[in-house]
Amino acid sequence: MSAQHTHPGGHASGQQHPISLYLKVWGMLFVLSTFSYLVDYFNIQGFLRWFLIVAFMLMKAGLIIGVFMHMRWERLALMVAILLPPLCLMVLIGMMQAEARYTYSTRGQFFSNAPVADSTKAKGGGTRE
Amino acid sequence: MEQHSQPTAQDLSGLPSGWRGFVADWSSDQRAFKVSWGKAMMWIFLVSDTFVFSCFLIGYMTVRISTTVVWPKPREVFALSIGGVSVPLLLIAIMTFILISSSGTMAMAVHFAYLRDRAKAAALMLATAAFGATFVSLQAFEWTHLILGEGVRPWGSSLGAAQFGASFFMITGFHGLHVTAGVIYLLTVAYRVLKGRYEKSGNYQIVEIAGLYWHFVDLVWVFIFALFYLW
Repeated sequence: MSAQHTHPGGHASGQQHPISLYLKVWGMLFVLSTFSYLVDYFNIQGFLRWFLIVAFMLMKAGLIIGVFMHMRWERLALMVAILLPPLCLMVLIGMMQAEARYTYSTRGQFFSNAPVADSTKAKGGGTRE
Repeated sequence: MEQHSQPTAQDLSGLPSGWRGFVADWSSDQRAFKVSWGKAMMWIFLVSDTFVFSCFLIGYMTVRISTTVVWPKPREVFALSIGGVSVPLLLIAIMTFILISSSGTMAMAVHFAYLRDRAKAAALMLATAAFGATFVSLQAFEWTHLILGEGVRPWGSSLGAAQFGASFFMITGFHGLHVTAGVIYLLTVAYRVLKGRYEKSGNYQIVEIAGLYWHFVDLVWVFIFALFYLW
């Protein structure tokens, strides 16, 4: 979120912001999307790919929520009620990651004869014999 | 007793101004959200929808980590060939730009609605709906290509891991459903704006509320684009 925060004083009749701000954010979303597409186009791999994809994703999300959805002009009570609860999803992500890695290791142990990228084995999860 | 029952202005003076308002809003017997009920309810609905989409995306993460079969490469699966040259992920990039453009026109529709410029607000909402319809059409094209061309099914695929099809149809299908619902919602509100239904009250917040839903649909696509197509 690095948009120039021009903030007109009066918005008594609802969220009222200059159209130039929307156009600026629109342009930035285009640029960020192009960047994230270029990550794939140039086939960047490894940590850099992961880092760039997530960074561009979060920047775009911040611009959409902050400016287009007007969150940065809302009161903190609303911001906290809306933006904090989704953070508990981090716990679910952590748990499911541990679970998935365990499943992967047991599959490797018991179904290790399954050749990689075999289309016939792919049916039914690629794990059932 | 009564001295401690309510925080005085002095107790809160050490807090940053935003937090002072936060404590004051929650500690007194009053409405917590100083927005209309329609807007508050839309936000709360969007939070619940966030959890639904997150569960799909986390489920996708789980099956993708745990499969021992190689995952199909989205950059090859969703490539378009232009003049005989295969451009990776081009279709998805076009869909992304279309959805972002629809968010831009929607934001401007809200701007003109509050200026009570009905014609411009309705026209921009119709443009937004048109972008949305284009997006869904491209998605239908993409699904057709995958189902008929590549033989991908929710229970298996010729491209690699069987879980690819299940994740793909579930996540993009549910998102496409949201876009379709959004198009209908926008058309309805645009029609009412054009007919002057909100002229009497002069309250055009319905456009902002519809906009919140539409921007959320775009927001979800940002995450799907990054986590499903680019990962």
